[in-house]
Amino acid sequence: MWILRINMTDRSYRLEDVPEAYKYLGGRGLTSTIVHDEVPPLCHPLGPNNKLVFAPGIVTGTTAPTSARISAGGKSPLTGGIKESNAGTAWPQDLAAMHIKAIVVEGQPKEKGKWWMAHLTWDGSKPKVEFLPADEYAGKDLYEVYPKLFERFGEKVNIAGCGVAGEFGYGNAGIVYNDMARRPSRYSGRGGLGSVMASKGLKFIVTDRTGAPGVQYADQALFDEGRKKLIDALRTHDITKPKGGLNTYGTAVLINILNEAGGLPTRNFSSGRFEGAPKIAGEAIFEGNKQRLGKELYNHACSPGCIIQCSNTWHKPDGTEHTSCVEYESDWALGANCGIDSLDDIAEMVRLCNAYGLDTIETGTTLAVAMEAGIIPFGDGKKAIELVHEMGKGTPLGRILGAGTATAGRVLGVTRVPVVKGQSMPAYEPRAVKGIGITYATTPMGADHTAGYTIAPEILSVGGKADPLSPEGKAALSRAFQATTAFIDSSGHCLFIAFAILDIPSGMEGFVQECNGVLGTKWTVDDVPKIGAEILRKERAFNEAAGFTKAHDRVPEFMKYEPLPPHNQVFDVPDEALDSVFGEL
Amino acid sequence: MRLTVKLFATLDKFRPDAAGGKPFELQVHDGATVQEVINMLGLPDDVVRVVFVNGRARPRDWTLSDGDELGIFPPIGGG
Repeated sequence: MWILRINMTDRSYRLEDVPEAYKYLGGRGLTSTIVHDEVPPLCHPLGPNNKLVFAPGIVTGTTAPTSARISAGGKSPLTGGIKESNAGTAWPQDLAAMHIKAIVVEGQPKEKGKWWMAHLTWDGSKPKVEFLPADEYAGKDLYEVYPKLFERFGEKVNIAGCGVAGEFGYGNAGIVYNDMARRPSRYSGRGGLGSVMASKGLKFIVTDRTGAPGVQYADQALFDEGRKKLIDALRTHDITKPKGGLNTYGTAVLINILNEAGGLPTRNFSSGRFEGAPKIAGEAIFEGNKQRLGKELYNHACSPGCIIQCSNTWHKPDGTEHTSCVEYESDWALGANCGIDSLDDIAEMVRLCNAYGLDTIETGTTLAVAMEAGIIPFGDGKKAIELVHEMGKGTPLGRILGAGTATAGRVLGVTRVPVVKGQSMPAYEPRAVKGIGITYATTPMGADHTAGYTIAPEILSVGGKADPLSPEGKAALSRAFQATTAFIDSSGHCLFIAFAILDIPSGMEGFVQECNGVLGTKWTVDDVPKIGAEILRKERAFNEAAGFTKAHDRVPEFMKYEPLPPHNQVFDVPDEALDSVFGEL
Repeated sequence: MRLTVKLFATLDKFRPDAAGGKPFELQVHDGATVQEVINMLGLPDDVVRVVFVNGRARPRDWTLSDGDELGIFPPIGGG
């Protein structure tokens, strides 16, 4: 196994043996460790000293179900802290097949305004990198560019890249990977890592695994035993099974339940209920597609080997595809949070975010802040679409919005700005779901639901039950979820396996056996949160050295004095409870 | 007493006319519980995961009041 270092100062590369200390790391555990060990915490995120690290998960590239995940890490231009943002795509399976444990992109070209791409192939016995000019692909819509890259390098390659949002250096710029239909639609969306990639003059990393040996197993029989248990759990659990909730309605199946619970942030976090929720919910997507296509359409896998298959498409009135994917966060951010109830308008904005390289969450929350400031009215989908175009074109207003929700709020004089550590909140209201508010406040990532998804017990009654309006016991709940999640994000599995393995113990056991089968470790289920906690400590240490204190582990002030309808609750979690999340880790 | 009921996600197969959470009225006896409503609607116990009453998740033995609004969900997840 190798660490592949790509130096963009002189466009050179080298393969290093994996240090002993990194041997059992993968995914988030590895990206966060390398960032912790190598990136100066006070460096400018877009300067020469930041690094962009990619790492496939521990079981990525194997036959483990739902395990084609890539972690991207670095110092975030959005938060100024450590970032790990992961995505589902075939791209990391190429890295794993070529025995690449991580790619570390370093340095910065002296010459500005010149773009490059790295073509990564298997050279008989080891990976090889060729640097090619990419100027012809800069400044362009990724729906135009990705087909050209596939035409040039072949249909079997996979691509990681950045769009114009990255070229402009936005705090809101994701890293874009292809899905199985070669759409530029799978994202390491959060935290502006697309701009870190672009800051290095790197537009794309194109991978071709042809001839590569594939993943080696320490104990294949153990791996297979674990894999079977996990597959059984995923295939039987009502949420993850074929034609279950996720496969039928996609993640937007959550719109209605959060709306019922009064926790669906609406019109820039001014209410927990959206009257237009039924029109944009997963059920409406399913029905709308059925009407427009004349048949039922179930969802597809975002990456090879996924058996949950929650990625969807939305279709135009004439039945042609409009975009993929209208998932819960995008649907909410560009819909309910902007007061927009048209799936066609939401889909158009999702398409534009993919085309420009923008994170849909940060885009929707920024548009809502602009609406609050009176730039455009709430609910005006057509004007919202125009603003996304401004971001893509890099107009002065577009650049302000592209900087992200926190910066836009400051520039536009808005007090209701739903961010933590500079990153905007996703689709769950902290005043109506207290545990997720604790996760937003305390995770080293900035407001991020995936970091500790207490929604499972608080709203979905998965993995236990907890009253969403009560702060009692929620610090411990968030801590436990954050630690377990850090391990799942390292394993290479999609976080959605948690729905099944939290309810089905043999699935959890199988999940750990798979990891042991690849690495030769002897981990037990009890080790999962311990290993996760180690990762969290490194992330926290990086942030502390970057200047973060307890004062940054807080929700915005307005959530403490503005009661949220319909439950009319404020965020009443005491500061001591927030501090105990990491204090007692 | 009268209740307003909404069924979501895969529960539409038990009441196709109320798919996608379309609200409908239900007449029940005074003091009816959540469980009794589930039974009246012919929903198998194991397909109901969460029942909201006026925006709060309530247990099966919860006693309902006139005018209550119920939202009933099968197991769902996302993120």
